[in-house]
Amino acid sequence: MKRNISFILNGSEISIETDPALRAVDVLRQDLGLTGTKEGCGEGECGACSVLVDDTVKLSCLMTAAQLEGKKIVTIEGIARGQGLHPVQQSFIEYGAVQCGFCTPGMVIAAVAFLAANRAPTREEIRDAISGNTCRCTGYQKIVDAVEDAAQKMREGDSDG
Amino acid sequence: MGRVYLPATLEAVLEILSREPSARLFAGGTDLLVRSSAVRRNEGSLVCLERVEGLSGVSESDGAVRIGACTTHGELMAGGLIRERFPLLREAVRHIGAPAVRNMGTIGGNICTASPAGDSLPALHILDAEVELHSAKGRRRMPLGRFILGPGLTALEPGEVLTAVWIDKDQGFNFHHFEKVGQRKAMAISVASMAFAARLNGDGIVARARCAFGSVAPKVFTSQVLDAFFAGKPLNEETLGAAAALVREGVSPISDVRASEEYRRTVAGNLLMRLEGAKAAGR
Repeated sequence: MKRNISFILNGSEISIETDPALRAVDVLRQDLGLTGTKEGCGEGECGACSVLVDDTVKLSCLMTAAQLEGKKIVTIEGIARGQGLHPVQQSFIEYGAVQCGFCTPGMVIAAVAFLAANRAPTREEIRDAISGNTCRCTGYQKIVDAVEDAAQKMREGDSDG
Repeated sequence: MGRVYLPATLEAVLEILSREPSARLFAGGTDLLVRSSAVRRNEGSLVCLERVEGLSGVSESDGAVRIGACTTHGELMAGGLIRERFPLLREAVRHIGAPAVRNMGTIGGNICTASPAGDSLPALHILDAEVELHSAKGRRRMPLGRFILGPGLTALEPGEVLTAVWIDKDQGFNFHHFEKVGQRKAMAISVASMAFAARLNGDGIVARARCAFGSVAPKVFTSQVLDAFFAGKPLNEETLGAAAALVREGVSPISDVRASEEYRRTVAGNLLMRLEGAKAAGR
C-alpha cells in the first residue's frame, strides 16, 4: 500500500511513492540509493543509521517511512559544504579516526549535531555525544581527538565569520 | 501490509482506535520498532503519536507540572522547569540510552512499556507522578503505582491513550540521587537502579526520605518501612548499611542474561551505600 511521502532531503524537496510501514533506513538506502547511512544492528543499539531529523540526531532504523513526511532530513551525503568537507569530516581524515569506516557516517552525524550546540566541549562531553555509536576498530581515542579538533576548527570559523 | 497513521489530533487517534482496536500506539519507536521484526510489523496498523497536538512539552498549572506523554527524554533534560523542580527526574532520564535514543524515546513510552528496567520509573514513583488517560469515554487520572501492573502490563484499557504525566510542583526535597548499574555506561539496560530523594535538616539529619529501585522486582520496588527507617537519622554508613539489609530482604529480582538474582539483590543494597558519598559531594 504505497503512498506519497514528501520531505526535504539534504536540502532538496523530494516526493516519493513508498510503503509508509518501511523503515526510514530502507527508504534512504533502497528507494533513494543513499547507502552512506548504514544499518548495523537494526535495533537502535549501534548508531550506524544515525541521520538528522530537523537538526536532531535520530536513528533511521527505528523510524517508519511515514515519519519522514514534512521533515528536514540530512544524511551523511548532505554533510559536506558544497565541494568542501565539513570540519568534522576533515578532522576525521586528519586524525585517522576512520578504519573500516562502517560506523563513520553515524559518528560524523552524531558529532555534527553535537557540535552545533556545543562549540567548546570537554572530552567527557564528546564521549557522551558519541556514546550511542559503536566503533569496533579505533578504540575511540582518535574519534574523540577528531571531534575535539573539529570543534576548534568550527570555533575559528565562527570568529572568522 | 499494515498501515502507519500519523494523526495530528487526539480525536483522530481515538477514532482510529475505535475503528481498528488492534492498532498499536507508539511515539519514539525505541521499543516497539525494535521488537517488531519486519514480519511482525506487517501484522497490524501502527499509530505514531509524535505529531498529536497537546501531547508534547512541559507546562505548569495550579501547583502541578504537566509533562506531555510524547515529550522526549532529551526535551526533559533540556527544559528549565524540570531542572529546577524535579532534578531527580532529569538525572534519571540522563542515564537512558544515548543522545539519539533520548531524542526519540518519550516519557509516555517509558511508562507504557512498563519494563521493570525503565529508568524514569523509580524517579516518577518518588515524585508521586499521576498519569492522564484519554478515551472515547472521557478523561481519567490515576497514580503511576496503580497504572503499572507488572512487566509489560498496565491498566491502559482498549481504546485508551496515555496523554500526560502530572507531578506536584512542590516536592520539598533538598537532596536527590539516581544511580544505575549496567554492563556499560551508555545504552545499557539497568541491572539495578536506585532513585532517592530526601529533605535533610541543616545538621544533615533526614526529615523525610523516599527511595525506589528499578530492575529488582516485577515493578518498581518501594517500601514504606524503608522510607520511614531513614527519618531522624544521618545518611552515614551505619544508617545506610541497615537500610541496605532491608532492601536486600524486600526485593524480588530475577536471573536473566544481564545478571543473576543474587547479584541484583546484593547490588541493590550496595547502591544505597553510595548515598554517603553523593551527599559529601553535595549532589
